[in-house]
Amino acid sequence: MADARRTVEEVARSSYGRLLAYLSSQRRDADDAEDALSEALLAALESWPREGIPKQPDAWLLTVARHRLVDRARRTRVRAEQAPVLQELAAEPRDSATAGETFPDRRVELMFVCAHPAIDPALHAPLMLQTVLGLDAARIAQAFLVSPATMGQRLVRAKRKIREAGIPFRFPAAHELPQRLEAVLEAIYGAFGLGHDEAAGADAPGKDLVDEAIWLARVVRERMPDEPEVRGLLALMLFCNARREAATSPYGGYVPLLDQDVALWWADEIREAEGELSEAARSGRIGRFQLEAAIQSVHAERARTGRTDWAAIATFYDSLVALAPTLGARVAQAAAVAEASDPDAGLVMLDALDASLVTTYQPYWAVRAHLLRRLDRGSEAVAAYDRAIGLTQDPAVRRFLLDRRG
Amino acid sequence: MRYAILVYETPADFASRTPAENERYVAAWRAYHQALIAAGVRVPGGIALKEPATATTVRIKGGQRYVQDGPFAESKEQLGGFLFLECESLDVALEWAARCPTAATGVVEVRPVDLVMHETILNG
Repeated sequence: MADARRTVEEVARSSYGRLLAYLSSQRRDADDAEDALSEALLAALESWPREGIPKQPDAWLLTVARHRLVDRARRTRVRAEQAPVLQELAAEPRDSATAGETFPDRRVELMFVCAHPAIDPALHAPLMLQTVLGLDAARIAQAFLVSPATMGQRLVRAKRKIREAGIPFRFPAAHELPQRLEAVLEAIYGAFGLGHDEAAGADAPGKDLVDEAIWLARVVRERMPDEPEVRGLLALMLFCNARREAATSPYGGYVPLLDQDVALWWADEIREAEGELSEAARSGRIGRFQLEAAIQSVHAERARTGRTDWAAIATFYDSLVALAPTLGARVAQAAAVAEASDPDAGLVMLDALDASLVTTYQPYWAVRAHLLRRLDRGSEAVAAYDRAIGLTQDPAVRRFLLDRRG
Repeated sequence: MRYAILVYETPADFASRTPAENERYVAAWRAYHQALIAAGVRVPGGIALKEPATATTVRIKGGQRYVQDGPFAESKEQLGGFLFLECESLDVALEWAARCPTAATGVVEVRPVDLVMHETILNG
């Protein structure tokens, strides 16, 4: 049942994304068309689960959107000139429908527009979720922890900027591609991370965002199969997603990676992730996401070998930190070194981090508490646990840490 | 910016107040407060309130005083306390509100402090 619903959503959202990307690529003021398409998407999500997916989902969405536009034009008159945009658009696939073709897929170009350097990086992911997937501002706002009105305003402003600054709707040139692609992948991973954090709670509201992010990565991979980092990102997300179920106990408690029952990991996702990662490796161009995926691949090995090769993980973290010294990577590196050699070595690495950066970074305090506890530094461990407890937003993690703290 | 973080707790939250009843409740709040201070967020005030049943409401209507037992509004979540925070933006205040233990059980409201009103009352 849930799967059928998911299929409907996937078809509806990919149709929506293709249509909107195509509309935007025509460089018309597509605001009204976008509104009408959003309404059509809602109608599809409502009726398709009951009535089945239409043979030509794109045409279905277009027809509904066009009716909405005409209705609105009747009411407002001023916007009547918008209706021809969709009419014209709808006319095109009729010619190509016989060839089984629908619209040229410009969704990846749309993603490049959303993650353009002229747009505030904090809005890259929200813009993609709204334009490519048709998620509504309220849902996006929830994930990004701002009010729906605020998110709505920010999205409107960003779209105005896209129009007014004349951000081109095209594939980046070869010389700018690596950097531009990184921004796209970063935004997809950002959405995944938020969904992952949300999904950690017992009733898993962020599950949808996790799936959407994976799906966005698939869209990019289809279009750019030779970019190893795209596959690396996809592999990374699949590895992490494979552990979703195992990370929550039957009572809604948090289960850390090392305590997880490997039988609960999703073997299919892991297999697919391994495939993507080895395909990426053939290019010989290593990157941040491939390294992160490789680390998760070592963890996944535990399902086969029953043990975790910490030395291998620590080595991968060395390369990762050399390539992208983010705070998250450095904290995880310290944790890996602590497991591979001894807790003292990990603690030294944590101490080397800039104190002003870690004050609100919850994983730092959780790792620190764990290492101090292992070193029998009781009162310092309790103080670090308190910081980790006070900084988490996840009730399951809070309960887990409170129990550990004692 | 200065914000009030208004903490609306469920009856179960209120029942967890005594350390003997639920050590976790108290420990989570203490940790939250420590994390705020350690992060350099100024917390110029705030207080915990006793359970809603201890409230008494007063209003004057037509020259007559009406006094009632219990809180003003009848709803599942009731004001259990509040904190003032000084932080740079609503985004940051919301982040701290989400870390508040009650965000997972009740509701946490973030409201900007009305400094103009405050000054007017104090200084005429």
